[in-house]
Amino acid sequence: MSALLELTAVVAGYGTSQVIHGIDMSVAEGGIAALLGANGAGKTTILRAICNIRVRVSGVIVFGGLRIHGWATEEIVRLGIGHVPEGRGTFAHLTVEENLLLGAYTRRERAAVADDMRRLLDHFPRLRERLAQQAGTLSGGEQQMLAIARALMLQPRLLLLDEPSFGLAPLVVQEIFRILRQINESEGVAMLLVEQNANLALDLASDVYLMETGRIVLSGAPALVRDNAAVRRAYLGY
Amino acid sequence: MSGGRTVGLAALLALAALVPFVVGSFHLLQATMVIVYAIALLGLNILTGYNGQISLGHGAFYAIGAYVTAVLLDRTGVPYWATIPIAGTVCLLAGFLFGLPALRLEGLYLALSTFALAVATPQLLKFRALESWTGGGQGLFVPTFQAPFGLPLAWDQWLYLIALAIAAVLFLLAWNLLRGSIGLAIVAIRDHPVAAASMGIDVARTKALTFGVSAMYTGIAGSLGALVAQFVAPDSFSFLLSLSFLVGSVIGGVASISGAVFGAIFIQFVPDLADQVSKALTGAVYGLLLIGMMALMPGGVVGFLQAVRRRWAARQG
Amino acid sequence: MDAFLHQFLSGLATGGIYATFGLALVMIFQATHYINFAQGEQAMFSAYVALILIQAGLPYWAAFATALVFAFVSGVALERLVVRPFIGAPVLSVVVVFLGMLFIINSLAGWLFTYGVQAFPSPFPPGLGNRFLSGHEIGTILVTLATLAAVYLFFRHTRLGLAMRAAAENPEASRLVGIRVGWTLALGWGLAGAIGAVAAIMAAPIIYIEPNMMAGILLYGFAAALLGGINNPWGAVAGGFIVGVIENLAGAYVIGTELKLSVALVIIVVVLVARPAGLFGTSIVGRV
Repeated sequence: MSALLELTAVVAGYGTSQVIHGIDMSVAEGGIAALLGANGAGKTTILRAICNIRVRVSGVIVFGGLRIHGWATEEIVRLGIGHVPEGRGTFAHLTVEENLLLGAYTRRERAAVADDMRRLLDHFPRLRERLAQQAGTLSGGEQQMLAIARALMLQPRLLLLDEPSFGLAPLVVQEIFRILRQINESEGVAMLLVEQNANLALDLASDVYLMETGRIVLSGAPALVRDNAAVRRAYLGY
Repeated sequence: MSGGRTVGLAALLALAALVPFVVGSFHLLQATMVIVYAIALLGLNILTGYNGQISLGHGAFYAIGAYVTAVLLDRTGVPYWATIPIAGTVCLLAGFLFGLPALRLEGLYLALSTFALAVATPQLLKFRALESWTGGGQGLFVPTFQAPFGLPLAWDQWLYLIALAIAAVLFLLAWNLLRGSIGLAIVAIRDHPVAAASMGIDVARTKALTFGVSAMYTGIAGSLGALVAQFVAPDSFSFLLSLSFLVGSVIGGVASISGAVFGAIFIQFVPDLADQVSKALTGAVYGLLLIGMMALMPGGVVGFLQAVRRRWAARQG
Repeated sequence: MDAFLHQFLSGLATGGIYATFGLALVMIFQATHYINFAQGEQAMFSAYVALILIQAGLPYWAAFATALVFAFVSGVALERLVVRPFIGAPVLSVVVVFLGMLFIINSLAGWLFTYGVQAFPSPFPPGLGNRFLSGHEIGTILVTLATLAAVYLFFRHTRLGLAMRAAAENPEASRLVGIRVGWTLALGWGLAGAIGAVAAIMAAPIIYIEPNMMAGILLYGFAAALLGGINNPWGAVAGGFIVGVIENLAGAYVIGTELKLSVALVIIVVVLVARPAGLFGTSIVGRV
């Protein structure tokens, strides 16, 4: 499978400080890659670098054959990258329905958009119940679902997820990850997942990257992490 | 203050003191007004720059100071030089009293309230009930006076030197105040009021007092201004004056002491300059200059000079 | 009672003008967190454009529409050319930039159209009026309400309106759904310009057109916006009507017309001190 997203020698940081010191990674077409590591390793920075939000980036970033380094965020997104950011980024004062419609803002085909909304609400029935509610009044788990659904309304080829399990109850997290797997399998949406909950990520992903202070220290299949006793102890706790 | 700096400032002061003896009457008047505006702007800088309370209404305190002097000279036997501290005290009180309810207002809301004060001032000064005191729409004349002790100085030369002396004292006072613990409190309130309060700073009292001190400075400037103009009338103190002060403050460098001088030079001379460039489009030229200045020096003249100094130091090191 | 009703209803007519103008101010504030001090001058200039067209023979409503288009386009241009370079500059510096724009537009108007006070025609026949309101006052209320309704419908029921609301609320998240936030800002300025122009054109027959005509309306619009709560556009609308009525009643019953501006402002300030977030605003709880 060809790489949908490819990062080569990417360096990134904020202001005068550098957080990412040169990394290479890729996400396969239709594949799921997980980015693991402790707090401060730079995982969120990589996702931001891909979408060019708030970071200074240099290096080569190729998406679907196009070099997107330096492009404006909204132009990168329009190529088909959905980003579920840290903090969810929902529009708190707008309704759930308006949030979802905004996800499809760049799409013209009204009928297809309506279909997609219906399908996503099937995946996330709790959102259907709350369509007219202000997004800010939803629970944490529901907001996360909304953020994911909104990103999917874009019909992305690649979905970037920043800690989707953060602050959520285990049952809710299980549900979300089940839906993510389903969407990947049925629609072929590739995913790049940043997660602190290594177990969950390893179950879902086909490729794993382990980061430490701005560098990739281990990469490969999930078994690599599970079979490596030292790494397993450090990141999975057993 | 470092030794070199003290010598430099003393030299500057000495040079400034020579001005009345080298320039003619008209330019002396302009120079005096630069000093007056510098004092007024310093007041505004203390409040808005250092303490973060936006005032679009400092023209009102200037007007109060001016009228205190004018009315005292018109109605009582108080000597001209005594009206200045009295004007300062009245404005200190007025500022403090305005500062108290202002505690409840932040940012835009405070800006509007102070602007309301600025707009109301000329109307209040024309208020019929106060007419016998204020002279109503016609205003009041402010008499000139003689230099004391029979010194061989013309009235305007003497007035310039008084203004210079007062300015020197007030600037020194401000400098002392701002670098001490009170100054730290004032700035802490601007940058992070919650943290300031949790450090034990009495935010309310400090803010109200800062308002008072700021008004006092501008009121003293107003008093001097009245003596210079020899005339006060409500329409001289419209909201345009308050806007002018804000512009001067920002152009000079809003959180600085020396910025007040640069700002004063700007608001005294640039409008005339704009008029000379184009009589028909004076406002447009002035507006373009404002935008240009902000493009080149968003931090004001002082900010710009600091940046230049930093870059020069980096190159040396 | 009759006199009171007349003052009250008249106040609603001028209040409609303040409400419309206050809405324009709040729109720009919500999107940029700046108060556009030059809004009044933009509106005044557009009113002059309408006047020139009417004097050239164009029918009133055609001139009205053209002036609105002019206001929209010039608003977009101002945002792209003057405002955008200063995004990120200190707040007070941006205030000075806006003041600079104010002086420029004001001076240009004086130069192009002279500083003399001129009469401005009203399309509403005096016969439309009744014993409480003049024809123009009734027309003003109708036009104001129509404008406010149009704005409401635009923001609530169009894709672009939704995108603009999103961009104003959360620019970063908006970028993540592909909204070109820069252009929504420019559009917002254009729309605000057009709305402000409506206010000026409705006001001109009452207060006569001259380059400084909008100073009072800018102030009242600002006061209305704050009274209603600066982050609530419909609060600004309510605030505008309230301010109009207070101004009229204060002028008629409390103090003469000379001081009514001051009295109105004092009342507003008193309200703000009692309710610092405005009547309908939500106080923003600051994060420590």
